This record gives sequence, C-alpha cells and structure tokens, in this order.
Amino acid sequence: MGSARDRPKDEATDVQDPITPAHEPPYVRIRNLDKVYQSRRGPVPALAGISLDIRDHEFLSIVGPSGCGKSTLLKCVAGLADISAGTIEIDGRNVVAGTPENLGMVFQRDVLLDWRTVIDNILLPVEFRRQRKSEWTDRGSKLLELFGLRGYERRFPWELSGGQRQRVAICRALLTDPRLLLMDEPFGALDALTRDELNFELQRIWLETRKTILFITHSITEAVFLGDRVIVMSHHPGRIEETITVDIPRPRRLSVRETPAFGAYTAEIRTTFERLGIMKKEN
Amino acid sequence: MASRPKAADRPAASSLLATLWARSSRVRTVLTVLVATVIVWELVCRLLALPPILLPAPTLVFVDLMKSPDWILIHTGYTLFATLAGFALAVIIGIALAVGIVYSPLLERTLYTLLVAFNSLPKVALAPLFIIWLGTGMSPKIAIALVIAIFAIVIDMVLGLRSVDPDMLDLAKTCNASPLQTLMKIRFPNALPSLFAGMKVAISLALVGAIVGEFVAADRGLGYVILSAQGLFDTTRMFSGLVVLGVLGTILFFLIDLAERLMLPWHVSRRSEAAPAPRHTP
Repeated sequence: MGSARDRPKDEATDVQDPITPAHEPPYVRIRNLDKVYQSRRGPVPALAGISLDIRDHEFLSIVGPSGCGKSTLLKCVAGLADISAGTIEIDGRNVVAGTPENLGMVFQRDVLLDWRTVIDNILLPVEFRRQRKSEWTDRGSKLLELFGLRGYERRFPWELSGGQRQRVAICRALLTDPRLLLMDEPFGALDALTRDELNFELQRIWLETRKTILFITHSITEAVFLGDRVIVMSHHPGRIEETITVDIPRPRRLSVRETPAFGAYTAEIRTTFERLGIMKKEN
Repeated sequence: MASRPKAADRPAASSLLATLWARSSRVRTVLTVLVATVIVWELVCRLLALPPILLPAPTLVFVDLMKSPDWILIHTGYTLFATLAGFALAVIIGIALAVGIVYSPLLERTLYTLLVAFNSLPKVALAPLFIIWLGTGMSPKIAIALVIAIFAIVIDMVLGLRSVDPDMLDLAKTCNASPLQTLMKIRFPNALPSLFAGMKVAISLALVGAIVGEFVAADRGLGYVILSAQGLFDTTRMFSGLVVLGVLGTILFFLIDLAERLMLPWHVSRRSEAAPAPRHTP
C-alpha cells in the first residue's frame, strides 16, 4: 500500500496485536500493566492488563471514552503515577526507576506560566535542568517560527489566543529535542477550526522531526487522522480493545477525512464502541 | 454618528488629554466623593453652629494642622515607621511560615492549628503584655503591628502556594525539577496574587497595631497625639490626628495596589478581564 513509512508488509497488516514483532525492538514497551486506585469504597481498577509497544518514530493514537484511564496510562509512562503491576520500559530502561531523562509532555490545558514571556516559558525545561538558557534561545525562536509564531518571543501568554498558547506549549515540549512526546488531549479545549489547524501542523512537524508520539484523544477522527496506529480503549477498567493500523499515505490533508478509506477506519472504531456499549447504536 | 469628528482631524494634544480624562475616571470619582464629604461636613458645622468640642469644622482642622506641621509630621513619622517595620516583618516571617506549613505536614498540623487558635484572640488585648516585655519604646509598637498583620499574610500565602495547577507540578517533574526550583519558579510566583491580597489587608492591620501600641504607652506617634488631645478636650487636635491617619492609611494601601500593578501585570490584566469596563458611548 502507499504507506509513507515503507513498513514491512507483515507489520502493516498487524491489526489485532499491539505488540511489535520481535525483530524490531520497540522504543516504549508496556507489559501487563495494571493500575488500581485506592478509594474509600475499596480498590478501583483503572487500567487492566495493558500491553503495548510504541515503535521508534511512530505516531500512536489512543482513543477512548472519558474515564477509560488513557490519561492515567500516559502518566504512568511519564513516571508521574505509580503502577500496580506490570512493567513499562522506555528504550530498555524501567520507568519505575525514575522519570525518563528526555521527555516532552503536552497537557490539555497549556499550563503556561502567566508571569513569563513566551520565550521564557519555552526555556523553562532547560532552566529546570540547570543548563544555560542563552544556548537554547535560538532553538526556542526557531521552534516558534516553525509554528508560525515568529516575533512572539516577548509577548505574554495572556496576549495570545488559545491556539497560539497551545502551540507555545508544544514548542516548550519540543525544546530539548526529546525522542518521546506525550500528548494528553492537547487540542481538546480548542474550537473546531483551531483544532483542525493544529492537527495539520502537528502532522507536518512530526513528519519533519519524526518524534515518537503517544497521542491521547477522545476524538475518533483526530486519532485516525494523526495516527500510524490507533489503540481503542474501553472503560471500567481501562483495557485495550483493538489496535488499528491506519494505512493512509502522508502527508494527509484535512480533506482525507471525507474519503471512504478514512470513513472505514472511523466506522470500525465506532462499531467497537457500539459493541462495548460506550456509544449508543443509531436507530 | 456623522457629527462626531474623525480621530485624525483632532490635534494630538487634545486626544492625549481625552485619554487621560477617560483613564482617570476612578480617581475623579474618589476625589469628587471626598470633596463633597468635606463640603457637607463644613456646612453641617456652620448651619447647626456645632461647638468645635463636639465636631470641629474641616477649616478648623486645617488651621490646626497648619499651626505646627513639623510637629505633626514627626509624630506621623514615628507611626509610619512602626507600621512599616511591623508590616515588613509580618511579610517576611509570614512567607517563611507559609512555606513551612505547605511543605511540612508536621508544621501544618501543629503551627497552623496554633495560628488559627491564636487568631481568634483579639490581639489588641496583648498590647499591655508587650509593653511589659519590650518596654515603652518603638519595639512593642512594631511587635503589635507584626502580630496583628501576620495572620492575613500566612493564610493568603498558604492558599496561594497550594492553589497550583497539578499539571504544572507534573510538568516540573517531567523536567526533573528540584523541590526548591518548583517552589521558586512555580509555586512562589503563582502565589504572588494571593500574597498581595493578604498584604492589602495586612498594611491596614499593621497601622491599627501601631496605633494600639501608642494608645497603651507612648510619648510620640499619632496615637499619642490623639490620646493626649483627648486629655485636653482638644477635639480639633484629635481630628487632625485622625485626618492624617486616614490619609496615611489610604496612601499605604494604594502604594501596595500600585506595586501589584507594576509587579503582576499578568494578574491585573486577567482581573480586569473578569470585570469588563463599561463600553464607551458617544
């Protein structure tokens, strides 16, 4: 097929199994992950038996209803939440040992610091890592330019629109050139038009940088448009129901969403949600 | 609409004046209310022929103030010093306590509980005790100002340090930020709006503390001026002290407000967004 990534045939048709074939070591490897919250009424399972691999340079979307634990999964990968059972390895290193060294994270809210200028917000990660800010300023400005925010360095977050703020947040995550980018519903709070725009931009930047991206969303369309593979999750507890390889050539235009091939993918996911009772069947 | 002159036709100077006029609307309101109050006060005194021992007219107070401005100024200086010293100590110690309370569960359980219990005590009642402990000089006044003002600082600062977006803390963790970095670069700046809210309350309370100290035992300061004038039934002099005290308190409050505007433009802008200015109609 016309995959821009020229994967081996067997991998491209690998629909049901979220685990990589043995010959290609995955960048992120999650095995039998359980996460149980302790509440007053007793233990509440949030994630059950999650096993998945994220390949190097892969764009992996996770789609699921709210409360399916997809954000929890991302926090576990980032080393921000304890896990109850199982293992998470990033580049062969166990995450439990500590937060991975070089990791970019984007949240649903932009979490920009209001009291800092755009460029100082972007440089925050290197400040935390006690590196010289001056050595990173040029890279920060280049990233801004990449997102069409040239000349915005000295602005303050409250002078920007929601879409611009989220672009700055992505620049901040990309500053130290992390291999892995974790995105937790980054466009969920934006209006539909801005969301489309940022979907397209994110794809462009991913094609240029080839980061490994774990992208969480509750939008089926967004998941299919951006992902090389889409993992479909169900809730109570969060489980992987299905893994779909999206075989649509890149760069994908926004209009690809109206093609029958695209519709087949979204319909498949919708059918899964209907089967699970997460979405009601129409008529 | 058609009769309105175009902006370009207007000379620059008059449009600058127009901007100043539009911007100063709050100040103008305050001044108008103050002037009107003084006029009503003067009229009431004259029309009802009130004896100055009950209510002196503003003109009498003004004449009294002008009789010995240096003397009043020196006493104002004493009170101002006690207020500012007590306030500054309250801010420094208050911030340190708040950081301790937020970071140490032990301090939270012990110190915070004690502070809350202590606050229900009218601290004015402590003034005589401070006189015994610290004498009749400047230090008991500073101590009382400190004790009265510090609670507002601690409470608001604890609130500010705690009200951090958890995602922001996660972000810091993924960057391997140390606890000190998280405090200095995220929690502390995030708490500044709360701190300023506490400081606005605390500066007025510090002034109360200084005056209470001077009431109990002093030979100088505005509290002393008011109390000694009372002994002589010199009501006009008492009003002189009160007027200066009012002006002093107002100036201190607005200085903090100004500092907030200069230091936290991001916060002030968001606040004005929440309460939009009325739309200008021609």
